[in-house]
Parts: sequence; C-alpha cells; structure tokens
Amino acid sequence: MATLHTVNKSPFERNALESCLRFTTPGSSVLLIEDGVVGALRNTRLAPRIAQAMENITFYALGPDIRARGLEESRIIDGIRIVDYAGFVDLTAEHDRVQAWL
Amino acid sequence: MIKKFLYLNRKAPYGTVYALESLEVVLIGAAFDQDVSLAFIDDGVYQLTKAQNTDDIGMKNFSPTYRALGDYDVNKIFVDGGSLEERGLTVDDLLPLTYEDEDDDWAEKPSIRVVDSGELAALIDEQDVIFSF
Repeated sequence: MATLHTVNKSPFERNALESCLRFTTPGSSVLLIEDGVVGALRNTRLAPRIAQAMENITFYALGPDIRARGLEESRIIDGIRIVDYAGFVDLTAEHDRVQAWL
Repeated sequence: MIKKFLYLNRKAPYGTVYALESLEVVLIGAAFDQDVSLAFIDDGVYQLTKAQNTDDIGMKNFSPTYRALGDYDVNKIFVDGGSLEERGLTVDDLLPLTYEDEDDDWAEKPSIRVVDSGELAALIDEQDVIFSF
C-alpha cells in the first residue's frame, strides 16, 4: 500500500518538503518536481534531512525540471533517482495513491 | 463500492482559495456516500479556528459551514497536534464540531480528533483517493 508523495515547492520557500517527510511512512516514495527539485541538491541545509530519510524512503527527481533550472544532474544527492515524464507516469501507476504537497 | 477519500488541508483560509475550494469539494463529494476523512495540518489548522470574523476584508466567512459537515456524515476530522502546538493553539481554539452517532442513539459526539504525525501518516497510507489542498 505504498504512497507516492510529490513536492513541487522549494524547501527554501515553503515547508512542503519538511511536512512531507514528517508524514511519510517507510517504503513510501517521494518525487521532487518543479521548484521541488531544489530539495534534491547536495550541500543544502536540507541535505542531511534527505540523507536520513533515504534510509527507508525512495527519492526521485524530475530531470526536465532539474535541467530547466540550470542544475546539473551531477549536483543531485547520490541515490536520488532522476526520472523523465514517462518515469513520472510509471511512478503514479506503480503506487496505490498520490499525495501532492502543494 | 465505497472508497476511502481523504481531503488533506495545509493552507490558512482567505489568503488563497484552497481552503474554500476544499470545503466545496467535500460538500459536493458528500453526496456520493464515500468513506470521507478530513485532515488539517500545517497552516490548515487555521481553517478551523472559531471566532473568525471577515467583516472588514470583504470576503465571506465560510467557517460556519464546517459545522454542517456532521449532517453530511463527514465526522472524521483529524487535526495534527504538532501543527496546533507550534502555532500556540489548542483544540479549545477550534470550532466545536460535532455529529450525531446513529449507532449510539444519535448521541452528539465530537468530530475533531487531535492526532500525531504517525497516526496521520498511517491514515494517508490507507486511502483510495487523496485530495490535496
């Protein structure tokens, strides 16, 4: 009964990512999209929190949104899987439900 | 087939239209006899404060409408205790929402349950459909 959580706001603008992590159960997935991809970057204030959450949550980030913001994929935290739009569709189909942290 | 619907509210009222839109969708959805839960977390808890007064901002105060939810069999209203606490609020600051329990001689019971993040995370994971606001 896995849930896919999507986050589309930067963690520096809103608390969407932090709230998402507070209400996510082990085995769930988090997909970072739009400004949410900022949360996937190395060396940010949030990075340690992401690393900790990655122990039992799978993280994804949308490649087109990373590239659109001039952020190279090499700057993404190791272990966060980069997906394209087809991968986004696959994730929604593979999970039982989607919660969008707006 | 009855499905489990969760309406998850995270925005304060009036600053954006999310809160009002959510309430309207809940009321529309109530006509379909589904297993409905509402959750209020982060600034969403401000949607339920009592004594809202919008006289001077030119917007309709829609908070009295939450009192009608019990009549639509919407009586599972979960509020995140952590979100209340970090905003200096308690359940006494919220609307005293109730419903009449048909399985208990129509006894009037509170609809609001203050829960922790673990209980809400589990609630999210048992839904068929989540409406995010």
